[in-house]
Amino acid sequence: MLGKTANGVFWLMRYMERSENAARMIDAGLRISMTRSSAAESEWTSILTAMGLLGTYLGRHEVVEGPRVINFLLRDTENPGSVLSSVETARTNARMVRTALTREVWEAVNECWMVLRDTLARPVASQDLPEVLKIVRQRSAYVRGATHGTMVRNDIYDFARIGTFFERADNAARVLDVKYYILLPSIMHVGTATDNVQWETILRATSAVRAYQTLHEGEYDPRKIARFLILDRRLPRSLAFCYGKIADNLSYLAEDYGQRMPSHDMVQRISDRFASTSIDQIFDYGLHEFVTEFLSDSQQLGRQIEIDYRFYE
Amino acid sequence: MRLKIKHTTSYSYDAPVPYALQQLRLRPKSRSTQTVHSWQVEIRGGRRQVSFEDEHANSVDLISFDPGVREINVTCQGEVEVRDTAGVVGRHTGFVPLWLFQRTTPLTEAGPRLRALVAAFEKPEDSLAALHALSEHVLTHVRYDTEQKATDIGSEAVVEAGYGVCQDHAHVFIAAARALGYPARYVSGYLMLDDRTEQDASHAWAEAHVDGLGWVGFDISNGMSPDTRYVRVATGLDYLGTAPVSGMRFGKGREHMRVRLHVEQ
Amino acid sequence: MPEKPVFFDEMRGPSGDETRDPYIDYCAWISTEDVNHLRRKSAQAEALFRLTGITFNVYGMEDQTERLIPFDIVPRIITAKEWAVLEKGIEQRVRAINSFLHDIYHRQEILRAGRMPVEMIAQNKAFLPQMIGVAPPGNIYTHIVGTDLVRTGENDFYVLEDNARTPSGVSYMLENRETMLHMFPELFSRNRVRAVSHYPRSLRRSLSASLPPVCDGAPTLAVLTPGIHNSAYFEHAFLADQMGVELVEGHDLRVVNGRVAMRTTQGYQPIDVLYRRVDDDFLDPLNFNPDSMLGVPGILDVYRAGGITIANAPGTGIADDKAIYSYMPEIVEFYTGEKAILKNVPTWRCSEADALAYVLDHLDELVVKEVHGSGGYGMLVGPATSKKELAAFRRKLEAKPANYIAQPTLSLSTVPVLTRAGLAPRHVDLRPFALASPQGVEIIPGGLTRVALKKGSLVVNSSQGGGTKDTWVLED
Repeated sequence: MLGKTANGVFWLMRYMERSENAARMIDAGLRISMTRSSAAESEWTSILTAMGLLGTYLGRHEVVEGPRVINFLLRDTENPGSVLSSVETARTNARMVRTALTREVWEAVNECWMVLRDTLARPVASQDLPEVLKIVRQRSAYVRGATHGTMVRNDIYDFARIGTFFERADNAARVLDVKYYILLPSIMHVGTATDNVQWETILRATSAVRAYQTLHEGEYDPRKIARFLILDRRLPRSLAFCYGKIADNLSYLAEDYGQRMPSHDMVQRISDRFASTSIDQIFDYGLHEFVTEFLSDSQQLGRQIEIDYRFYE
Repeated sequence: MRLKIKHTTSYSYDAPVPYALQQLRLRPKSRSTQTVHSWQVEIRGGRRQVSFEDEHANSVDLISFDPGVREINVTCQGEVEVRDTAGVVGRHTGFVPLWLFQRTTPLTEAGPRLRALVAAFEKPEDSLAALHALSEHVLTHVRYDTEQKATDIGSEAVVEAGYGVCQDHAHVFIAAARALGYPARYVSGYLMLDDRTEQDASHAWAEAHVDGLGWVGFDISNGMSPDTRYVRVATGLDYLGTAPVSGMRFGKGREHMRVRLHVEQ
Repeated sequence: MPEKPVFFDEMRGPSGDETRDPYIDYCAWISTEDVNHLRRKSAQAEALFRLTGITFNVYGMEDQTERLIPFDIVPRIITAKEWAVLEKGIEQRVRAINSFLHDIYHRQEILRAGRMPVEMIAQNKAFLPQMIGVAPPGNIYTHIVGTDLVRTGENDFYVLEDNARTPSGVSYMLENRETMLHMFPELFSRNRVRAVSHYPRSLRRSLSASLPPVCDGAPTLAVLTPGIHNSAYFEHAFLADQMGVELVEGHDLRVVNGRVAMRTTQGYQPIDVLYRRVDDDFLDPLNFNPDSMLGVPGILDVYRAGGITIANAPGTGIADDKAIYSYMPEIVEFYTGEKAILKNVPTWRCSEADALAYVLDHLDELVVKEVHGSGGYGMLVGPATSKKELAAFRRKLEAKPANYIAQPTLSLSTVPVLTRAGLAPRHVDLRPFALASPQGVEIIPGGLTRVALKKGSLVVNSSQGGGTKDTWVLED
């Protein structure tokens, strides 16, 4: 398998995941601005921050307001992180690595792009938003389904999975990074409507509202929420889950190629930390510090994978 | 005459070179005018990738730089026995058709200045005499001057400048000979100097094809045909096809080249 | 009364009111089909092509850079007997072209024998001096050839061009058949159509058989593409995928341990046979155009040292030049000792005085082309040109006669296409694909039929409104 192909498959899946995450973020923002219009601006600001797009946005718009942010996140092709741009980049990567994909995966990606290009050709009216966001999530799910159902379990698949979980963990960590303060005890006003909504935003942005309620009987508690999103291996969007998967897929590569690389030790370190740390220890250590360190570790891991598997040279 | 030669080309760079390739045309072959008794090419800072014979039957080595080097040295040394053939190299061999040696190249272009130089030439009837006269004619119009350092200056520009080194003389002669209907080629090689053994550049001259005789050499700069002091290394249509070292390199940074040549009997 | 066609219609025959044998069954089928239903099928086919990504890129267009080549659902049908002649004729030409290429890069016997003027080669940019003395495995220079044919009557086929560099279009041949099988399976149970789907396997086998001396096991193959912005990228990816080999770009490759190797996730791995879809000039910045970003520095050196097979070989362009084309009958005869089975379009070389005189006298009837031109540039179509333009062209021709060749305006055959109003005849050509290896020449039955979708147009190029059809060769 070519290094370039590994790179292309990795990014194809990252961008597919990114488009879906963007849709979830918009969804979360939409909810909170509907329920608490006074906080809308700060909510959209934190969503832009979590996605690393605040600077880009402010470079082009003077005020942070719902419809503009939604348009920016959904269909602005000059915003490389918008849903449309992500899907387009995913498709370009898919074309580049066309020979590494099954026909089903390629067609799912291509159709996703064709459908969204048409759906997002014009600004989306607010009443159509839920439907459009559903299409984005659905199209992403088709790609995931085709990948799961038709791709041979070889190194190509491993890089696809690593890309998916890498992006997902990155996204979850960024949400936590922006919102960590509302989970901290010092400003906790347990049970107030404000906090419930805030916490729900976090869960919604990571697509974990229902799962949380099922597993925790609807009881919102910041420590539980943090534990859920960071350490709970049952949640497919928790950091621990994602890193479990990344570690697994990297180990398949090591087995397949008969060679361990520096990235294997790195992922093991990150993964072990989730297994050996309790949420209380994380809070004692500092949630913010923990998440910041995680993001930096994860960035290093990404660079190491690029080097180990010859993505660029 | 038996000549001992040691030729080192060094390249150094201000920044590490991530990747580079060089083609070396640095292996003289045993031919009608010379016998190579020993010859070694040693590369420091790089490694040989492949060797092959190009269309002119030159031995070519392709070398790559070791990743991240800042300096590379190519040293050849050996001994070559040279026979006196009065400049006659002999019959044309190989698959390259003679007409190819009448093709102009960017370095042997026959523009208005070169055509004027040819027009001013009074051509003797006999081919051999004509080519010797042409060699003199070129030297008259383009005086020898080592101030000329550029390697990529073509015949047209050389005639305009009115001076040049051996390479420039060869280009002008080749362009003019071709304009007069003679197949002509460029020769890179070594010349033993009478007054010293250390030199800072290798030599170049030209050969033209004369019916009946075959290829005949002309060292325009020295106004003579090659004798036992001349070792032929590579031939081609012009400098670019025979350059001892030519290559391409990735990465930025300036290149400094240094040649040390030692030729003695 | 239907109007009598001026052109030979492959379905309706020269008179326009019969049904030629190979089409009898198809006509019986289509007469029971509803046109609107067929048009819907046609729209489905288009959607399928778009989904599959069978598109070509158009340069210099901001919007909609990926376009579809229109596909027409009416097949072009060739009988076994017709095909047998074409197959033999193409094989003969492919063998002759490879012999010619070997000769021209070695002793040039054809020039020494005076069967072709030296200037044809000496002044030709496609002649690569770097290839002199290079003998690729089995002396195969052109491994993949696309021979452009036109038909003008029941038994009249002409070769228009021998594409010996990097012929494209084979992916359309394959996908057109897939689409037809998908949409009209019943047609293939009623007609015995020879398969084309083995092309990728044949290509792989053929390329593998041309392995370089350095390779002593199962050869590693790869397809070299200029990248996703190239107009034929889909085809490059398609062929690599179908052959099960890597699709590489120049920056994936390097000279390592004396071989051309590709950068894999486990380090550099040598390639034995490279099916390159990058033009000569861009193939190797060390040896050719130094500004090329698409090629592999040093690949020609490795090639000359026997470390890789490049298909098609550098320098094959000398065999598909328009002026060389006019010598194809001589070339075939010189190297095979036989008369050419397939006719050349009569060609007047304006460099010759008699020919020039004839051409000047008949300028309003002829097509005049520039020797090194392509894509229809600098071309004169006599019957479609005004008196004033003819006079202007005459002056150009008289000034530089050697720059031109002239050919009669051909009456290209027609095959019906499905239009809003039902079936209507349109002009077609045919590009069969031949594979040459040291083990022999294989020609895939059929090829790519290109069709001029505009009524009356003779231009079948996809860039100028041409489409494609599935091409059937019937079993005996």
